[in-house]
Amino acid sequence: MADETTKTKDPGQSTDGSSGNGNGMLGIDSDAIKAMAADDIEALKKPTKTDLYKSIFRVKHDETPRSRTLGVLSNVFLHLHPAKINRDAVAYNYTWGMGGISFYLFWVLTWTGVLLMFYYHPTKVQAFRDILYLEHDVPFGKLLRNMHRWTAHAMVLTVWLHMYRVFLTGSYKKPRQFNWMVGVILLVLTLLLSFTGYLLPDDQLGFWAVTVGTNMARATPMLGHEGPFGIQMGMTAYNDVRFALLGGSIVDSNALLRAYIWHCVAIPGFAATFMIVHFWRIRKDGGISGPAPMMLEKEIKPLKR
Amino acid sequence: MDWHQLWTIISLPDNIPILGLMVVIPFYSWYAFRQAFANDRLIEQLEADPEMAKTHHRKTQPWQKGWAREVHVWPYLLRIEFLAAIIVTAILMVWSITLDAPLEEPANPTLTMNPSKAPWYFLGLQEMLVYFDPWIAGVVMPTLIIVGLIAIPYIDTNPLGNGYYTYKQRRFAIWTFLTGFIILWCTMVVIGTLIRGPGWMWFWPGQTWDHNKLVFEVNRDLHEVLGITDPIMYGIFGFIFVAGFCLVSAWAIHKLLTFNEFNRKILSRMTLLQYLTMQILLISMVALPAKMIARLLFRIKYVWVTPWFNV
Repeated sequence: MADETTKTKDPGQSTDGSSGNGNGMLGIDSDAIKAMAADDIEALKKPTKTDLYKSIFRVKHDETPRSRTLGVLSNVFLHLHPAKINRDAVAYNYTWGMGGISFYLFWVLTWTGVLLMFYYHPTKVQAFRDILYLEHDVPFGKLLRNMHRWTAHAMVLTVWLHMYRVFLTGSYKKPRQFNWMVGVILLVLTLLLSFTGYLLPDDQLGFWAVTVGTNMARATPMLGHEGPFGIQMGMTAYNDVRFALLGGSIVDSNALLRAYIWHCVAIPGFAATFMIVHFWRIRKDGGISGPAPMMLEKEIKPLKR
Repeated sequence: MDWHQLWTIISLPDNIPILGLMVVIPFYSWYAFRQAFANDRLIEQLEADPEMAKTHHRKTQPWQKGWAREVHVWPYLLRIEFLAAIIVTAILMVWSITLDAPLEEPANPTLTMNPSKAPWYFLGLQEMLVYFDPWIAGVVMPTLIIVGLIAIPYIDTNPLGNGYYTYKQRRFAIWTFLTGFIILWCTMVVIGTLIRGPGWMWFWPGQTWDHNKLVFEVNRDLHEVLGITDPIMYGIFGFIFVAGFCLVSAWAIHKLLTFNEFNRKILSRMTLLQYLTMQILLISMVALPAKMIARLLFRIKYVWVTPWFNV
């Protein structure tokens, strides 16, 4: 220690922080401190050069093709994208952006949904009161509930439009047949998510909508007690498929709890899983389907059987 | 003309998505077909001129020599995604601030809502309940819709139109889908939302939703119309009638599939399994409008009555 303090040092080199050169009242060289501070401030003008920045982002933020490529590929949130895409594929008129918007809406629904879960109890005693509490007392509670409901409606629309676009561009054709299947499953899950959420406010609207909806399950062939061959299969109101859906023979507390669990845990889990497959398969099937060069009728190759 | 009634229905916050549907579906249909027709014109040009077909990049997008065929995702795609997220968020914010989510009275099993409607996206199925028993409208049809949608890529043997808008190269597929999606699904949703009032009765836009309205429709089964009274006989008759309907539809569908040279060429690429799957799905699809016509024009309730189920 004594050796170090006796060494004379250029103030500029003392940024290693070991010590000053022992001249001041407390053994600190004020000029050296000033110079160090000035260095730090100077460094802040280039935040992308700091160790902190580099440790987080790993890639330089500049306009070289290498940095642009690595910026996408080395980022966990962006890496589902390829580094480069067909120049026409970014045109809005081809994709309408509906798949991406659907995903974004799912994301909004997840966040607003999690926030709503903080205030909601899926019980007959509290569910409706919780909604009143949300609407009148929770800060921004009304906005939160409104946004969750309208986003859900919007997502149903964007998912339909996405399917419409995929059909009209023939994007389900080889090699994307399986991804279309995954997409249809996701469409069904979207509708089921929206439907299970309908009951949760426990008001007349949800109650009767779910009553109408689940009454159809009574008529399931062989598995419902009012369906064809249901009686012959031994179905009653207390053991058929509707009973399984509602956890009872009427829409009551068990139905509320089941709807809640399907809505908040099970179906989002399935949907997220299928979404992972859906996005993964877009890449594996060769990226976005087009706009592809047109094929002419005379170029159809005979089938090999 | 009851403007107040019309406004009450249209301004219902939960009905806003249907109004949105009635705007976005026509808009995007126009948007898609405008591109499809532009592509079709280019296809005709290329087919007429083999030399051009060899050198052309075969897209209607503008293209100049020397342009890179690919662009970087960062920033050219990511900035679009970011912008889209901002716009969507802004729309959701405005929508959520201006319109409140509906909340009725607490659930009350002893007080039936009239009309009691499913969520709007299921109103097509609820509307189908008018024409079919619940086991068909609520279980069989939804299953067939899901299975049918999944089956599309596996029964469409037309290799053309993969990855670009076109009408000319995929007439049959596009007409089928438009019939299913726009006429049988979206229109039924709109009818279920805007037209069906108390008692699930038909009220034209602007007609007052009269809760006391009673319509004495005499709906009869087909065998009653024809005067067949013996249960065994009309069971057999119903089966023959339904089988006959399927055969006639199959014949009509087959006529469409062999309508022109191109259709025949695509048909020849199908396996027997693909063909039969397609026929079954299309016959089920035709059955819905057929039953609607039978019900709305001829007041026929069932065409096939058995002790176990009715069709």
